[in-house]
Amino acid sequence: MLEIIQEYWLLLLIGEYPHGKLGGLAMTLIISFVSLIVTFPCAVLIALARTGKPGIIQTIANGFVHSVRAIPLLMLIFWAYFALPMIIGFPIDAVFTLIVAIVIYQTAYLGEIIAAGIVGLPKGQREAAAALGLGYIPTTFKVILPQAIFNVIPGIVNQLTTIIKESSLGSIIAVSELSYVMLQVNSNEVTKPLQIFGILAAVYFVLCFSLSQATNWLERRISARRTGQVIVEAVA
Amino acid sequence: MGYQFDFGRVLQGEYLQLILEGLQATMVVFVFSWIIGLVLAVALTVVRAIEFKPTQFLVAAFVEYHRNVPMLIQLFVWYFGFAVILPDSVNDYLNDVGAEIGYAIVALALNKAAYMSEDFRSGLRSIHPAQMEAARSIGLTYLGAMCWVILPQAWRLALPALLGQTLILFKGTSLAAAIGVAELSYQARYIEEQSFRIFEAYGIATAIYMIISFAIMWLSSILSKRYELRVK
Repeated sequence: MLEIIQEYWLLLLIGEYPHGKLGGLAMTLIISFVSLIVTFPCAVLIALARTGKPGIIQTIANGFVHSVRAIPLLMLIFWAYFALPMIIGFPIDAVFTLIVAIVIYQTAYLGEIIAAGIVGLPKGQREAAAALGLGYIPTTFKVILPQAIFNVIPGIVNQLTTIIKESSLGSIIAVSELSYVMLQVNSNEVTKPLQIFGILAAVYFVLCFSLSQATNWLERRISARRTGQVIVEAVA
Repeated sequence: MGYQFDFGRVLQGEYLQLILEGLQATMVVFVFSWIIGLVLAVALTVVRAIEFKPTQFLVAAFVEYHRNVPMLIQLFVWYFGFAVILPDSVNDYLNDVGAEIGYAIVALALNKAAYMSEDFRSGLRSIHPAQMEAARSIGLTYLGAMCWVILPQAWRLALPALLGQTLILFKGTSLAAAIGVAELSYQARYIEEQSFRIFEAYGIATAIYMIISFAIMWLSSILSKRYELRVK
């Protein structure tokens, strides 16, 4: 197991970067963060549409969320990878298609989380803003969203772990992220699949487990702030 | 664009046969891993409820592994990794009978067992401890209290989350395509390669996934309402 790490650790971390394409863990992290950052504004819009006044926009948003939740991510990736170039008429990079698929998929899920944050706010917030004479835009962006998003920060971080796990599907369309690199190492080495996939699982585990521990910590802090307790860090 | 849609081409003869076979494999993986996963989840929940640190730690490690490693990698570990432990004769036999689908069922079932046992546990935890004390004080044994007081409430609390896991499992069966199980996504990809009918092949597979997913969602909302816990 150690000799595999010794031989391939650089490939695992950054792929063939200085001499070839960036890949490995660095690629996985880039895909995940870019996906989350692009997803965020889309998810906020979907959340606003779903929690807003009933009408055509809300119906479309509901339809979008329900449809996306009914399709496997792999199917979305196939659409983005094989069918999208046919529609737009020119080939696109596999990394880009993977990010597009994850963004569409996660917009539905992250949108639900942010919507829960908006619904969870006391009604008085909106009424107080209206009493101050604020319109829809300032009420939403200065009063509702800052509080709603703060309250669902744990959910957003949790979604980042989901995205990291989902980015492993990139190996199916030859995006040179962590899983793909290890699949190639496996076809070089042939005789040690258990060790190789054990290492791969361990890398994902360390990454996602520390993020979910961070989520738990954030959750405790934020719920303490919401209930008005003062957090005194223990000094021993 | 000049693309002529021709769903008839994909929906007849050999291709229709492939789609139906794919749907069958998808349903086999889904149903078997759901049943095995649910049974294992109950067992895991019971083991974790027993106050014995080493077994509790093992169950927690099992759950955390399955929650923090991508589903796809869990499939790879079973499909590529587990096979080398087995003797050659066993592997030859497994390859003859089609081992991929077996590995897919095992991997998905263990994954769902981990998630579902967490749902059961949070259902159990949300029952107030005073309920147990009250049940014991009117003379019920521990098992009696569990069977007649705690579990009838806990499973209702866990139900919506379990149904959510069911939908995730159904969608997760598509990952089995990555280890060569000829299920729906795999067949859609194959038909697309053979016929160059991209939109028809993926369109039909997507439509089938959506129909079954919507059925699961619809059933979930009915069941969740029917068995909602009204008194807390």
